[in-house]
Amino acid sequence: MSRALAPFERRLGEVVAVDAVGAYRRLRCTDPGGPVPRPGQFYMLATAAGWGGGEDERPYLPRAFSYLRHAAGELEFLLEDVGPGTHRLTDARPGEGIWLLGPLGAGFAPPRDGREPLLVGGGIGIVPLAPLQHAISDPTDPLGTGQGRVLLGFRDEAHAAAAGLMRDATVCTDDGSTGHHGLVTEVLDERLGEHVEVYACGPPAMLEAVRLMTGERAVPAQLALESGMACGFGACFGCVVPTHDGYVRVCVDGPVLEAGDLEAVPAP
Amino acid sequence: MTTLCGIELEHPVVNASGTFDAIAALRAFGDEVIERFPFSAFVSKTITLEPRQGNPPPRLWETPAGLINSIGLPNRGLRGYLEHDLPVLARLPVPLIVNVMGFTREEVATLVEAVAARDEVAGLELNVSCPNVESGLIMGADPAETAALVERVRPLTAKPLIVKLTPNATDPGAVAHAAQESGADAVSLVNTLRAMALHPRTGEPWLGAGTGGVSGPAIRAVALAQVAQVAERVAIPVVGMGGVETGAHAAALLRAGAGAVAVGTATFRDPRAGARIAAELAELRRKERVSAGP
Repeated sequence: MSRALAPFERRLGEVVAVDAVGAYRRLRCTDPGGPVPRPGQFYMLATAAGWGGGEDERPYLPRAFSYLRHAAGELEFLLEDVGPGTHRLTDARPGEGIWLLGPLGAGFAPPRDGREPLLVGGGIGIVPLAPLQHAISDPTDPLGTGQGRVLLGFRDEAHAAAAGLMRDATVCTDDGSTGHHGLVTEVLDERLGEHVEVYACGPPAMLEAVRLMTGERAVPAQLALESGMACGFGACFGCVVPTHDGYVRVCVDGPVLEAGDLEAVPAP
Repeated sequence: MTTLCGIELEHPVVNASGTFDAIAALRAFGDEVIERFPFSAFVSKTITLEPRQGNPPPRLWETPAGLINSIGLPNRGLRGYLEHDLPVLARLPVPLIVNVMGFTREEVATLVEAVAARDEVAGLELNVSCPNVESGLIMGADPAETAALVERVRPLTAKPLIVKLTPNATDPGAVAHAAQESGADAVSLVNTLRAMALHPRTGEPWLGAGTGGVSGPAIRAVALAQVAQVAERVAIPVVGMGGVETGAHAAALLRAGAGAVAVGTATFRDPRAGARIAAELAELRRKERVSAGP
């Protein structure tokens, strides 16, 4: 797994823009002098003002997000307004200060045995796959093995608009409003007979299905997991998931973990 | 410089046990952790005799201005700690205080003896927030239990022994006094306050272990009152902690009678919060000296 080290301190960036990508919001901010992250790594984010004091006096802790894009001293994140932290971040205005800590965690590793990367994303979980696809198509990158294929699943057409953030994606929707009508794992099943390595990120139920399917078919798979975190750098021991060797911390041992090492992808 | 029961500290701000993993931080941030270590001493996570996996997840719940955790003291166990962790921690530029916990007095004695024998260790902190499986009592909730424990381990080392008090006691002042009379060199408080949260959809307990402990700004006022109460009852140094986020919060605990301050949950928001708080505290003290005049 590849990892860029983070500066040992949170730093202040500035919100450049927050715009809509279908049902999601894309937050762009400056990160002057920040390290170049590796695909699959993440950042802890909090607004500099108005973090706390919202509904129920939350949020208090920063929130963990995979980065969508890093270029020219700027970072992009994709957000879904699901709680007090994401609500505040989606509401951020250009010029506002934003605390950044990262890049954190271990990102994706190159495929084994000349396998073709097969990227499988669900909902907001497509985010780490976007920089991964970019790296795969860059021959100078350690992950640059050529063109990987991309399968993405969404609830509906409004969410599926985020598929436009990646190239040449096969899209599935739960309600059939666009693309294939059904689950992304149904399409994945048809591809597992090929010489591929799966790179997946999405809701726990999807990742658990990917873990079981790839395990049965003996296909290697790297899963980018999400977990509630207090710190993001191994201090709190709160974000653990079960592996065959006991609990590991998603923040420092992951977020990208080998599917074959996991006991299960836990659903909160 | 500050001295904490014989341990020389660059400044009065240390970390609270279990809120900073220096070895994990080295993986995330590299050697900058050693070059710019934020605390004036490093207090380890609790070490137990046998390895522990910790509690089933979920282990965290955010509260208004705070955090409930039920981590369950995962650690490599005494042998793993001495073999693998201690040599790495010896690279840190600050004194090392090792926090230990046992389920019987004999277990604690074994831990204290083995840890104190290592030259890398400057002092020990006893986590007394767990039940004695022989009596069923939380060791630190009862003055007699605490006294019996400290009396058992005191003869085993000349190194400083700090007793980490639980706020979930009827009278923390009485427990602190009992620790002092039995030979403790310092007390530290507060540990987390017992707390729980319910799953927003199912109404069942959210945390895998059912309940946990709350920390952060939510408990700052409670911590200040307990530190003041304990400082009044004992002559040994008090390490105060609970919701410290700024130099002013640290100054309040020192004014209430603490000799040093620990930062915990604030580190989760910024890994170098401790250094910022120490700098703010130094600036406050400088201004006080200026205004007090020659």
